[in-house]
This record gives sequence, C-alpha cells and structure tokens, in this order.
Amino acid sequence: MTNLFNYIDRPSPVHRMTGAAKLVCLLLWSFGAMSSFDPRFLFALFVLAVVLFKISKIKVKDISFMLWFTFVFCMLNNLLIYLFSPQHGTEIYGTAHEILHIAGRYNITQEQLLYHLNVILKYLATIPIVLLFVTTTDPSEFAASLNRIGVSYKISYAVALALRYIPDIQREYHDITLSLQARGVELSKKASLVNRLKSASQTLIPLILSSMDRIEIISNAMELRSFGKNKKRTWYRHRAFSAWDYGAMILGLVILLVSVALAAFVNHGRYYNPFV
Amino acid sequence: MEPVISFKNFGFKYTVQKEPTLYDIDLDIFPGQKVLIAGPSGCGKSTLASCINGLAPFSYSGEYTGSLKIKGVEARDSDIFSRSKVIGTVLQDSDAQFVGLTVAEDIAFALENDEVLVDEMRRIVAETAASVGVGTHLSHAPHEISGGQKQRVSLAGVLVDDVDVLMFDEPLANLDPATGESAIELIDEIGRKSGKTVIIIEHRLEDVLHRDIDRVVLMDDGRIIADMSPAELLCSDLLIKTGIREPLYITALKYAGVSVTPEMQPAHIETLILNEADKARVREWFYRVEKPAAAPEAETMLGVSGLSFAYSNGHQALSGISFGVKRGEMTAIAGRNGAGKSTMCKLICGFEKQQEGTISFLGEDTAELSIKERAEHIGYVMQNPNQMISKVFIKDEVGLGLVLRGKPQEEVDRAVEKVLDICNLSPFVEWPVSALSYGQKKRVTIASILSLEPEMIMLDEPTAGQDFRRYTEIMEFLVELNRSGITVLLITHDMHLMLEYCDRALVFSEGRLLADDTPAAVLSDPDLIKRANLKKTSLYDLSRICGIDDPREFTARFIDFDRKARRGHD
Repeated sequence: MTNLFNYIDRPSPVHRMTGAAKLVCLLLWSFGAMSSFDPRFLFALFVLAVVLFKISKIKVKDISFMLWFTFVFCMLNNLLIYLFSPQHGTEIYGTAHEILHIAGRYNITQEQLLYHLNVILKYLATIPIVLLFVTTTDPSEFAASLNRIGVSYKISYAVALALRYIPDIQREYHDITLSLQARGVELSKKASLVNRLKSASQTLIPLILSSMDRIEIISNAMELRSFGKNKKRTWYRHRAFSAWDYGAMILGLVILLVSVALAAFVNHGRYYNPFV
Repeated sequence: MEPVISFKNFGFKYTVQKEPTLYDIDLDIFPGQKVLIAGPSGCGKSTLASCINGLAPFSYSGEYTGSLKIKGVEARDSDIFSRSKVIGTVLQDSDAQFVGLTVAEDIAFALENDEVLVDEMRRIVAETAASVGVGTHLSHAPHEISGGQKQRVSLAGVLVDDVDVLMFDEPLANLDPATGESAIELIDEIGRKSGKTVIIIEHRLEDVLHRDIDRVVLMDDGRIIADMSPAELLCSDLLIKTGIREPLYITALKYAGVSVTPEMQPAHIETLILNEADKARVREWFYRVEKPAAAPEAETMLGVSGLSFAYSNGHQALSGISFGVKRGEMTAIAGRNGAGKSTMCKLICGFEKQQEGTISFLGEDTAELSIKERAEHIGYVMQNPNQMISKVFIKDEVGLGLVLRGKPQEEVDRAVEKVLDICNLSPFVEWPVSALSYGQKKRVTIASILSLEPEMIMLDEPTAGQDFRRYTEIMEFLVELNRSGITVLLITHDMHLMLEYCDRALVFSEGRLLADDTPAAVLSDPDLIKRANLKKTSLYDLSRICGIDDPREFTARFIDFDRKARRGHD
C-alpha cells in the first residue's frame, strides 16, 4: 500500500530524538529556507537534508509517492510562475540577460532562470525535511511536541489521531473498493479516467459512514477517560531533551541566523544577485 | 450499607426520540456486588449503562425523571469526568476504543488527562498492565496484539483510576470462545481481588455464568422485569419470554422433562446436581428422539484443492487447504482471529491470488475469472454493512450491481422488487438507507448481493456484535435463503452459530484446515477444541453426567431436536 503520511519505525538517531526538538528544528529550518533566495545557501540545506535522510534510514522508496506529488506540484508551480510573470526575474534582479526570445513578453532570461532555480531549490530544501519529520515522528510524539511548543493539547491530539487513522482509512478504502468491484464497479485501468473517478466517488458514502462510527466510539472512549477535563495534560512519552535534541535545535537556529546574516550582510536583501 | 448506584423511580428520554427509553427503574447496586444486566436488543440496557457512566445525558443528550445517585451524589449535580472516577467503563469494541498508539500509552491515557507526572505514571502503568497480564506488551501497537489482549488493555486503562465500579459493555462480543472464557475468568478475578463492584452487560448468559454472578437484572421494553439470582432466573420461564438464550444444558434438561429447581444449583454445569431419576430422564430422552437425517448427496459447488497463499510481506496465511462445499449446504468457516478465515474468503472472491492450488466453481477452475465475474456465482457480504452501502436510497443500492452490468431499467426494477420481497424489505423501497436499523441494513447488503442471483453467498461474521434477537433475525433469514436453494458459507467465531445453524464446520488454525466435520462432532473433540481456541459445549458435560458415552451423538440429536422445536414455535 502506498505510504501517504505515516510514521515509519526504524532504529536511527533521528527517530530517537524527541518530537518537540525535531519540530523546533523543522520550524527554524523552514523559516530560514523560506526567507532566503540565495541558491548557494538553499543548495547547502538540500545537501544537509539528504545527509539527515541517510542517517534516518528512511529510503526514497518509502516516500516515493509524496516525492512524486511534490515533484508534480513543483513543476506546476514553476510553469504557472512563468506563464503569469515571465519577467519576474528581471523585476527582481533589475537586469535582463536574454538567452532566447519567444514571443511578446515571453522570453527566457538568465534572471528568470535563476529565479526558477531558487523556487526549485526551495522545494528541495524544505520538503525533504518535512517528510523526514513526519516519517520519523510517531503521532503521539507529534501530539506531545505540538503541545510542548504551545499548541492546545486538544488540537494536538486531534491532529495526531487524524494522522494515526490514515493507514486504517486506507485499509478500509481498499476493502470497500474490492467489494464494489465485486458488484461490478470498474476501478481498474480498463475504465476511462472519468469513469474511474466517478466509481471512486461511490466509495465516499461507505467511507464516511464507517468513519463516523469510528469517531463516535473513540470520542466516547476519550471522554470516559477524562480527556478535556483539565487545561493541561501530561504525556506518557514525555522525555527530557538529550544532547542530540539540543544539537538539532541549535542547528535550526544556526540555519535561521545564517539566512538572516546572508540577507543582512552579504546579499543586502533576500536575493543573491550575481548580475550586478 | 449505602448502595454505590441507586435508581429511584427513574426514567430517561433521549432528546431525539419521542418516547422515553427507560421507565420506572428502581435499582440499588451495593458495593462489591457482581451484577449482570441482560435483555433483548432495544430493551434499554445500553441506555441504562450510559446513564450510569454519564454518556447519557452528557454525550447523548436527553432528560431524566426521578433520581439516580452515584455514591450518594445525585447524578444531575456531577459531570462526566467526576463520574468516570467512580465508574470505569470497558466499551464493547476494544479495537475502536484504543486511543493510544501503544499499549502503555493507552493504559496511561486517563492518567495523562489527570496530569499525573511521568515517573509516577510509568510506575502505575507497569503495575496495572502486569495485573491484567499484558505487562510484557507495553510497547506493542494495537494491531500487534490479539482481541483478548486489547480488552485487557482497555480494562487496565480504567483500573489505573481506582474506580469503585467496573462496567463491561458486551465483553464477549468480539472474542473467540476460548478467549471469551478467559475474559470472564479475568473479570471475576479482578473483581474478587479488588472488591470492586462489577456490572456486566451481556446477552450470552451461559458464557457469563462461567463464573459466579450475584444478581441478574433482566430488562425488557425499557423496564426491569426481573432482579434475581441466576439460579432462580434459570428456573423461571422469563428467559424464553424475553428471547434470551438459556444455557444449552438447561434447555436439554427441560426437553427431557426434568423440572429445574434452584436446589439443583443450575447456574453452572459444574455445580449442577442431578438425581438418578433426572439422569434417567435425560438418557431416556436421548434414546427416544430420532436421529438427525443424513444430508442428501449433492454436487460439489465450490471445490478448493491444495491451496496455499502468502502475503507479499512473507506471512504464510494459508497452506495446503482442500475442501468442498456442496450445493444447498450451510457451512461455517471457524477459527480464531488470524487463523486464515478472511484470507480464504479473499481468495474465493479473487481479491487476492493464491500461489498454489485451485479454486473451482461447479467443476470449473476460477483462475481466469475476474472479481466481477466471480461475484456472479459467489456473492460476498462484508461484516460491516456501513462499508458496503454506497447509495442513499435502498432501491438504488439493491439495484446497483444490475445497473452496472448494463441491464435495462425495467429488468432492474423487477429484480429489485423480487429481492426486496425475499428480504422482507418491500415496505422500505422508497426509504433512505440511513433510516434503517443495523439488522435492516444488513439485509439491504444481502439483498444487494442477491440481486445478481448468485448460487452461493459468503458472509463475513454476519452476526458480530449483535444480540440474540437480531442474531436470530439475521440467521433465520439466512436459513430461509438457504432453504430456497442458495448455498451459504459463513465466517464466524461464534460456536452457537455454527452449532445451531450449520451443517458443517471447517475449522482453521494458523493457516491450516484442522477439521471438516459436523459442528456437533467438532465441538465434542477436546483436542481440536483446544487447538482452534473453541470451547466444549455444556451438552458434552451434561451427557457425561448422565452417563451417556457418546457426547457427540447427544449434541447432534439435541441440536436437531432444538431446531425443530424452535421452528415449530414460530
């Protein structure tokens, strides 16, 4: 079954870190990467993310679906940027080194290419680290870490439960489609895409109905065991920060500081501009 | 002594309903008592339980009249959280109520919500887990432990709170017979050791009576109709009146003309005292009743030969399975969870493909048939009707398979009408599915399969989680279908179901077919029973007590006689 957004249990130093430290690192990392348009810096973050992936023992195959999804989305994003503002690069960098003229305002400039490179690198610098966080942090650890950085525990727990039920709902979806196929709903490649989408929509009602059952039972079970009684709660999986955790948070901070420093002292702005 | 739970002239009405669900409830439960609340579906026993643990009215809104005091505090004046510190509830579906990601976290859930500090929490969790026998599974995920273990985890989850009352909602519903027996033993042991009050809501009387019960509260139509000791209840005719199943040995004694009295200690087969005259009556009855007729020879409908299957993760789910199902038979596939029953079903439907062996239908190999083509011969009904129903209206749902096969509208309408008639659903043709009860939905799913006119239907746990009345309703319906010529294959871990309704049982264990015999024979074979997590019937013991040396034949004759007697009633 395709792995959507699940925790993958493997022994690695990344898995052993506390969720809260990873989340702090992820947030700082993302701020750093989001605010910078320096391809050198973004590329360095990408390399660092790949190294962390190696350490975590999560394989490309485990997250291939999400990677494909990201890839398609990234390409679409680039295409749309170009279609709507082919001169964006020129506006940013203030120069125009034309390589190829197409028609009207559509041409290809070095500035535009650099801008697109930046966009792609932003994906590369952030998405892997998000996937790394999701695949190495189990849902309850995730809830605890959200709560630790100040999100209300009720929201944290709701998010964790949703993540936790993804595999169950996938399994249920699979069972439902099989029984529908037995009744004659064609979901295989033999049917056209439109028909397949139409057929897939047939699974919605049973999927929603059985999920409602599940929600009712789980919310009763939670309420009967005092969930929501107090303003705060403790977490069984709570752990003190280890050296690794402090290391991760410092790494995140360093990334953010480097990003800020590059903007303040080197690039004099968020963009690295080799054209002037 | 102060009662821990005290209902006085109590009534309850759900906001969404016109009529009250409970009337005139007067009930005192005293500390340390062990009480069974029994009654047919819709009798109000679940509502009574919800009133005790606070789900009604805090989660299911409604209003009550009269008074309910929990430990002397009027229920109106407390909230669901303080209630949960007095009443610990183990819900029916231990799978769906598993909140934590691991056993330890699930047990710790209530402690977490009470802001217990981590070190203290770990200590309590470890101790409690050990006390219910899951101490070595603390880091396991829910899917790594069995149904019985999940229930123990749920129990531990309420025990951490040091509640006064433990309440179990249908604790046997999702367990195989042997696991159910040990669940009843565990409940008894925990109750005795801790001195806590125990309330069990269950309709499987005989199984609950495996251990002593102080009182049985019998409900019907929203009222308490009896509150007495199990022995007194068994000697009355109240069980038959309310449609609760008597223990089999009691029924057998009554058939033999033995009058059951409290002095005979009839609550357990182990304590039952029979005098020589009574034993002679049973023996006499045994020789008098006719032998069950042998099934007429019929052609093999489904043939399975040398079947082996392993999942892609390497788990060998089935090995070397061979059996045949004859036309017109009603056959059970039995065995504990994980024995390979569902995998067998998936292979027959074509959801998975076997690595070795063949499955043939009326002598023809099915290897080349698609899921859709197989479905025209063998219909498959999933356990949960909500997973199958994809249309808003009953008519559309039942006709779906035909519409998808491109049949003309008139033909679809005609077929739907016919099938709805067979399934007693005609009055509801224009109804939305959501307005139906669970049992009716089940019939809609069966109808939607029958509309394709398969010669055989296969049902996964058709009665799971159903009480005796709905169970009987579903099973009698299947019997009717079976009589009309449809071959039925059932997957079940319910022994009564296979004993009462099936001609044959295929017993699976760890991916192998252990036995292929009549249910009476299977349930009289101690060795087989042990290997397949089944339980011997009380008829076995009764025949021994009465000096009948063929318990298998005794069981077979009893079942045959009982079927005829009950059908005669209707």
